[in-house]
Amino acid sequence: MKPKGLLLFLIVIPVIIIAMSVYVVDETQQVVITQFGKVVGKPKTTPGLQFKLPVIQKATYFPKNLLAWDGDPGQIPTREKTYIWVDAFARWKIVDPVKYFQTVTSELSAKSRLDDIIDPAVRNAITSYRLIETVRKSNRVLDMAEIGIDDNERKRPLGYKIEVGREEITRIILQEAQPKLAKFGIELVDVKIKRLNYVEQVRKSVYGRMIAERKQIAEKFRSEGQGEAQKILGEKERDLKAIESEAYRKAQELMGKADAESTKIFAQAFGADPEFYSFVKTLETYKESLDENSSVVLSTDSDLFKYLKGYSSTP
Amino acid sequence: MNWDWEKLKEQQQQQKGGVPPQVDELFEKMKNFKFPGGAAFIVLIIIVLLSLTSIYTVAVNEVGIVQRFGKYVRESQPGLNFKLPAGIEKVTKVPVRRVFKKEFGARQEFTDNRSRFLATSDTENASLMLTGDLNVGLVPWIVQYRISDPYNFLFKVRDVDRLLSDMSEAAMRLVVGDRSINEVISKRNEIAVEAKELLQAELNNADAGINIVTIEMKKTNVPGPVQPSFNEVNQAVQDKETMIYQAKEDYNKAIPTAKGEAERTIRTAEGYALERVNQAKGDASRFMAFYEEYAKAKDITKRRLYLETIKELLPKLGKKYIIDADQKNLLPFLNLSTEGGTKK
Repeated sequence: MKPKGLLLFLIVIPVIIIAMSVYVVDETQQVVITQFGKVVGKPKTTPGLQFKLPVIQKATYFPKNLLAWDGDPGQIPTREKTYIWVDAFARWKIVDPVKYFQTVTSELSAKSRLDDIIDPAVRNAITSYRLIETVRKSNRVLDMAEIGIDDNERKRPLGYKIEVGREEITRIILQEAQPKLAKFGIELVDVKIKRLNYVEQVRKSVYGRMIAERKQIAEKFRSEGQGEAQKILGEKERDLKAIESEAYRKAQELMGKADAESTKIFAQAFGADPEFYSFVKTLETYKESLDENSSVVLSTDSDLFKYLKGYSSTP
Repeated sequence: MNWDWEKLKEQQQQQKGGVPPQVDELFEKMKNFKFPGGAAFIVLIIIVLLSLTSIYTVAVNEVGIVQRFGKYVRESQPGLNFKLPAGIEKVTKVPVRRVFKKEFGARQEFTDNRSRFLATSDTENASLMLTGDLNVGLVPWIVQYRISDPYNFLFKVRDVDRLLSDMSEAAMRLVVGDRSINEVISKRNEIAVEAKELLQAELNNADAGINIVTIEMKKTNVPGPVQPSFNEVNQAVQDKETMIYQAKEDYNKAIPTAKGEAERTIRTAEGYALERVNQAKGDASRFMAFYEEYAKAKDITKRRLYLETIKELLPKLGKKYIIDADQKNLLPFLNLSTEGGTKK
């Protein structure tokens, strides 16, 4: 029993000692070695099996990969005093674990440092620019097309010019915050604006504006429709008049020509003996115009009754 | 996740190996093990356990990432694989061939209760966006992605899922912020393409090991309160068309009729002309024929015509007064207007 126990002791003790001096560094980790609370040597950033002195040295692990920071969304006034709701986020990593270990220690306190530095930076940047600068990223010409609007109305020139744009604003935030975080061993990789919205009251008035704008467009379409319809109706009237008057003109021309023609024919025919014509015509007129309602007073002088009073051989 | 599972498995296996829960039992067991070959038996069990943790399978759509003491050593392909036992090598399986889907701002019907609770207010906010003309649009979209680099995916970013969510929201807002509300509604494809490029660039910058397959825009719209007025515009466009069509219809109804009427007027006039000329010709021929005969015996014909006419006419006439040419005073006594004219 005793030699066996000694043997066991001789095996177990070194195993324990080795176990205490060996530590594993994951791909996502980096380690700072401290000796009685004091940092010893360079931080271990390569993954794999690492060694330290047992008991007296202590390994503290820090993440090596990209970490997230999410800002508290808050109301920020823009330069023209419109309140907007800005939700920013950032990526950061621990580049100097020793500094980080000495100044921040835990991730929770790192988060509050980041809050303290990035939030004001975001606020400053948003406040110093107009809303449009935060919303847009370029001076791209917006297509304001409406279905049914003419092409030349489509590309309206902008009433403003983007001088910075959102990407530049986030860069400004980054530039402001980055140096302040360096002393904590933190590198701020990027800051981005995740959400940007009007605050509730402003949103309502924006909706109101949008509705008014739409209504005005709708009205425009309707009156355009009416105008177009009236134009067509006018065209109708005009064409009607044109057609009718053209027909009238042609008819009159035709009839006039016919009248002329007939006049010519009559003149030629009757011209042979106008006296005879008027004689025949007069007789015809008598026949047609005199009837039982007509009374005649005839003299015995007339040709018809000259024999009534007697006859003479010489008329 | 896999790491935990691995640990759990180890624990389970240790328990199977017979770790006694009570200290007394441990002593008893130790007493029991005091027979020849006991040590060999324990060694055998340990070997079996260790070999169990060194065999693993990788599914068809996965690769296994093997780490030895935390350090990445190799990637294993689908099928049965071996590694050094637990504690030395660790494997994490990454589904590289699967396409994942992430929805933003879209209300889905088939979500479980918990996520729907979260969804209602948050989706609304995720899809509300400021457009370049400072209007508000409702933009829901879906991101489909694949893990393209399992090493980066596992080790370079702590919470890849969150990175992806944040970045795709940021990218989409960046794109929508540079579009007018009309473009947001009508040019969804353009937006999807640009957002995909932006998002992929950001993910590459972050070494996330993710490849965006597509960004698919769902139905973009304006916020609820504004929707009726947008519909009104569409309605107005329809109204406009209708009014124009009605006017055109009116035109088309009236003009052909008028043309027909005009034709009729002209034809009538032509008829009149023909009639007039023919009549004239007829009359003229008749007269000429008559005249020719008359010319042969002018006096007698004239006389005959006159007398014939009188003969025909006189009997038809009403009152006839024959007055002697020498009698001059009779005329004033005749009542010509009433008796002679209308009576009888």
